[in-house]
Amino acid sequence: MESSKKVLDLTVRVGEVLLKNGGEIFRVQQTMQMVAKAYGAAEFHVYVLANGIFASVEEHGNNICKEVKGPEASQEGAGSSQIRYVPLSSVHLGRVAAVNNLSREIVAKKYTIDEAWEKIEQIDNIPFTSQPLQVLVSGLGSSAFCYLFGGSLIDSVASFFSGMFLWCFVLFLSKCRANKIMLNILSSALVTMTGMFFFHFLFGENMDKIIIGSIVPLLPGVPLTNSIRDFLNGDYLSGTIRMIDAVLVACCIALGVGIVLRLFPIITGIAV
Amino acid sequence: MVVIQVLVAFVATVSFGVLFQVPKQQYGYSGICGAAGWLFYLLVMKNYPSPAIASFAAVVVLTLMARTFAIRRKAPVTIFLICGLFPLVPGAGIYYTAYNFIMGHNDLAVANGIETIKIAVAIALAIVFTFSLPNACIRGLSSLGKKS
Repeated sequence: MESSKKVLDLTVRVGEVLLKNGGEIFRVQQTMQMVAKAYGAAEFHVYVLANGIFASVEEHGNNICKEVKGPEASQEGAGSSQIRYVPLSSVHLGRVAAVNNLSREIVAKKYTIDEAWEKIEQIDNIPFTSQPLQVLVSGLGSSAFCYLFGGSLIDSVASFFSGMFLWCFVLFLSKCRANKIMLNILSSALVTMTGMFFFHFLFGENMDKIIIGSIVPLLPGVPLTNSIRDFLNGDYLSGTIRMIDAVLVACCIALGVGIVLRLFPIITGIAV
Repeated sequence: MVVIQVLVAFVATVSFGVLFQVPKQQYGYSGICGAAGWLFYLLVMKNYPSPAIASFAAVVVLTLMARTFAIRRKAPVTIFLICGLFPLVPGAGIYYTAYNFIMGHNDLAVANGIETIKIAVAIALAIVFTFSLPNACIRGLSSLGKKS
């Protein structure tokens, strides 16, 4: 009984880490099934949603951990189930890749349950890249995108600074635990403001290109991709949840941009 | 000109790879996916200037490469796919829709909005299409690259 509970705990934990960090539903379900099977859970059922995991395991003897072998244990008709709520949170693709490797190794029977448990906790604690680097990379990406979308070199420079500024602001807002909708509206408003500021008071040739380049870090690329893949695998409900996430973020960005475009001429008296 | 664009796309993709915490050893590969996607986008746009069709072609190439790399590098497809997709997500469309809407150019706003949705649908279709190819094809493709 205890061991089947242990298998279930581990499996759900693996699924949770995977789902939280941006894995698709299909991958989460498949990985959980593989892990459960590798540890000898004969009857394992799982249903995964975009923000929740439901899993159950039934006891049929034949556990990989041999402590509970006797007929008493299996006579109980034991089974257990778990429900886990997994809030939508920030994406960490490195952890997804790490769990992917871990599941391969588990299937190859490299680890006992306790070792695997230790491993999964390690994976869940893989740190994010340092914040200064994130800021720098956001600036670099923004300026590169500004150039790709037809901005001049000087626009890219402006985009570089406004992209860095944007990410500082995003990090600050996440620290204040601002909700996602406000975060996106405020950040895109800020980016538009910086873009306009650069264009009107410092340097820059195309205001639109500067702004487009520097809103790219906010774009919902991850939920869009995941949503499409969920739909493709038949997980319509999760696909819908993530699609709404993507559309909502896009609308928030448009709203933030729009508000500033409207207010800027009124406040400063400069026509856009 | 195209070479510079592709190089910049590489840099852009890798930047977003870092931002989304892609493992270090996969940076280069996700960059290649992004650069290849952008290259095909440019090539199609040159000969057939329709953003939706160009996005479709680019995402098909991108997804094929992502699946190939996923097998070769033993890593989830998502890593390569998400980073490479970023240059093609219609950010400009969102901006122009909002801009024209606010400026009162309703006809342009609607046109831009529809264009944005078209591109998003094209991206979705391309991903669906390429993922529906059987695994054996991709396996063949990845072993093909290995020998040469």
